[in-house]
Amino acid sequence: MTPRHRRRLVFVALILLGVGVAAALTLNAFRGNLVFFYGPSQLDAVEKVHERNLRLGGLVEQGSVKREDDGLTVHFRVTDNVKSVPVIYQGLLPDLFREGQGVVAQGRLNQEGVFIADEVLAKHDENYMPPEVAEMLKQTGGNTPQFSGALTQGDFKK
Amino acid sequence: MIPEIGHFALIIALGVALVQTILPLAGAVRGIPSWMAVARPAARAQFVFLFVAFACLTQAFAANDFSLLYVANNSHSAMPWYYRVTAVWGAHEGSLLLWAFTLSGWMVAVSFFSRNLPQEFVARVLGVMGFVSVGFLLFMLLTSNPFERLLPAAVEGRELNPLLQDFGLIVHPPMLYMGYVGFSVAFSFAIAALLGGKLDAAWARWSRPWTTVAWMFLTIGIALGSWWAYYELGWGGWWFWDPVENASFIPWLMGTALIHSLAVTEKRGGFKSWTVLLAILAFSLSLLGTFLVRSGVLTSVHAFATDPERGLFILLFLGVVVGISLALYAWRAPRVGLGGDFALVSREAMLLGNNVLLAVASASVLLGTLYPLIVDALGLGKISVGPPYFNSIFIPLMTPVIFLMGVGPVARWKQASVPELWTRLRWALMVSVVTALLLPVVMGKWSPLISLGLFMALWIISSSLKNLWDVAGRNGLSGLARGLAAIPRGYYGMLFAHLGVAAFALGVCISGGYSQEKELRMEPGQSVQMAGYNFRFDGVRDVTGPNYQAKEGVVQVSKNGKEIVVMRPQKRVHLVQRDPTTEADIEAGFLRHLYVALGEPVSGEAWSLRLYYKPFVQWIWMGTLLMFFGGLLAATDRRYRLATRRAPDYAAQTALAR
Repeated sequence: MTPRHRRRLVFVALILLGVGVAAALTLNAFRGNLVFFYGPSQLDAVEKVHERNLRLGGLVEQGSVKREDDGLTVHFRVTDNVKSVPVIYQGLLPDLFREGQGVVAQGRLNQEGVFIADEVLAKHDENYMPPEVAEMLKQTGGNTPQFSGALTQGDFKK
Repeated sequence: MIPEIGHFALIIALGVALVQTILPLAGAVRGIPSWMAVARPAARAQFVFLFVAFACLTQAFAANDFSLLYVANNSHSAMPWYYRVTAVWGAHEGSLLLWAFTLSGWMVAVSFFSRNLPQEFVARVLGVMGFVSVGFLLFMLLTSNPFERLLPAAVEGRELNPLLQDFGLIVHPPMLYMGYVGFSVAFSFAIAALLGGKLDAAWARWSRPWTTVAWMFLTIGIALGSWWAYYELGWGGWWFWDPVENASFIPWLMGTALIHSLAVTEKRGGFKSWTVLLAILAFSLSLLGTFLVRSGVLTSVHAFATDPERGLFILLFLGVVVGISLALYAWRAPRVGLGGDFALVSREAMLLGNNVLLAVASASVLLGTLYPLIVDALGLGKISVGPPYFNSIFIPLMTPVIFLMGVGPVARWKQASVPELWTRLRWALMVSVVTALLLPVVMGKWSPLISLGLFMALWIISSSLKNLWDVAGRNGLSGLARGLAAIPRGYYGMLFAHLGVAAFALGVCISGGYSQEKELRMEPGQSVQMAGYNFRFDGVRDVTGPNYQAKEGVVQVSKNGKEIVVMRPQKRVHLVQRDPTTEADIEAGFLRHLYVALGEPVSGEAWSLRLYYKPFVQWIWMGTLLMFFGGLLAATDRRYRLATRRAPDYAAQTALAR
């Protein structure tokens, strides 16, 4: 083995080491930080449901939104029209959060079956529902809501 | 009538693009000069036709022509004229037109600034770019025609998404596209070199300024997008690791690796095949970014298209481009050669380290972005990969990159010695370590991450200054001015870009570590203290804008009893798109931002509000501006101008320079 070859070998080894470390980092980061998405009806089937961060998606149940006196803590229920789960969130809600509309909450389910959300995401516009929510509703047989927008894309296309 | 002219111009542009692809490439293979000579006029003609198309669409928006489906869907007569005009690229079809138009702009630039390149080479470069153009024009004409008529015409439009009615949208997409599409030049240069089988230092010298300019635009485009998200979304965050942001960041990382590897190829003739591969990857990832954003597989404000046909087309096109170029690479790269040898401790080795780390970082962001899509496609459930994943990967990968940023420029080419590096950098290292450990204690809050961030920023600054002194200060302070003037502009480019990274790191670290926020309910007249500032809420009043109604909060900010500013955050409801949007108000200072966003009415006159104090957050964007400026200096270095004028003498010049 010439010095040149040895040097090449060291380079290759270093690069492999670097990529290996990066891969280990990636896998480790993946294990800790993947967040799964469930609908209210699917929560029962989740193993160790209280121990992990998850995303809960569905519709904000009509008439369920209540605000505590501090003005920031909000209680509401997320439903797929089959089952519903109570949610508590402290903080400002997104602009598009509304009863009867699609929502995704990220957080944990506590022992009492209340979902403690630390992030609430709402849909982007009139015609849009988070796709996970739309699909989940289709699966659970719940009805998708009627949109209230005056003109939708469909109106224009016909 | 005018839209039909635009449509027709698009079709002609497609025809021209086809000619521009076939004739010059075939001519280069068969050695027919007259065929190759077609490349330049064809590129210019294409530009003219796309300009006409673009002008026609703009006219339709300006004149509120709601008989065009695209205009009716994305405009409204009550929108101010500047938002109507910029709504041209506010949605899918128009932004594709902008993409194609930008591409033709780059082609024209190549056609003008390539007078001294061999004719064969220009023919190949423009031919490859023509091919990319054919793909996008076909895509537009087949699936996303912006000139489609709506019969009967709509009386009024649906209005542009209110979030996009903003200065950020006016400038963010064009800059980003300039960057994305700009990598097509580097890509075409690489493919042309593979086709011709000749790749030398001169090739790298031609390719470098183009790549740098594209990188500059991409940098500023990403920064503008981040700035837009910061003030428009009302969450006070500047980067969300949102898949759409990642789609632009992945090619940026690869492009950053590319400009560094090009430096080695130019200066030392090394890394040749690696450089070519990076050029191919950078552009392929730009295409992938376009696919991710435009195909509707990701949902966000950017995902306009939900038509699976469109996604399929881009995916196919992506497959063709990536497939052909990688196959070509596999076939031709061995002929290109590897370049010179170098030692384990040398500038080349450090740049190699930089390249590997940046490429790995790019790949892990890509993985995190695509993983949910893959898992979903396999039916394994719905997951999301959030910021914790990206942070836990990014910090360990970027720490060595930044460390190398200090050592690399000091190290000698080919063979450097560790003792010498240590002698030259020990003070810089010690100063930055000590300051990074002590400063947080002085500021009242210490954490390992804050110290790490500070160290990285200070290390870049101190090692850069030391390096500058070593280069310019050889004759002591008296000779400093002369020394500084003698340094080539490219060096200053590197210096500023690296200092930009330092400013960016400072901004991220200090705003991340020392920001304060409050979400609270406030009655009119109520005050709250934060970070030494007193925020008094004076209630909410109604405001009417050109195409919206708004509730405007009035918040008076004072410090030590002295009034500083009255902030007016708004909650807007637009006329047509009834969804409310938050307009945060920001008092932007050099050292800190005060940020107020209006929440919702809670009860009576009380509202919920979100208040932030963000020290140094401005440095994040100032850092990117410095990087942009550094790129500008590097791209306008004198030797590129010399090189374009006297390309044939290149070998002689380098011989003299050594």
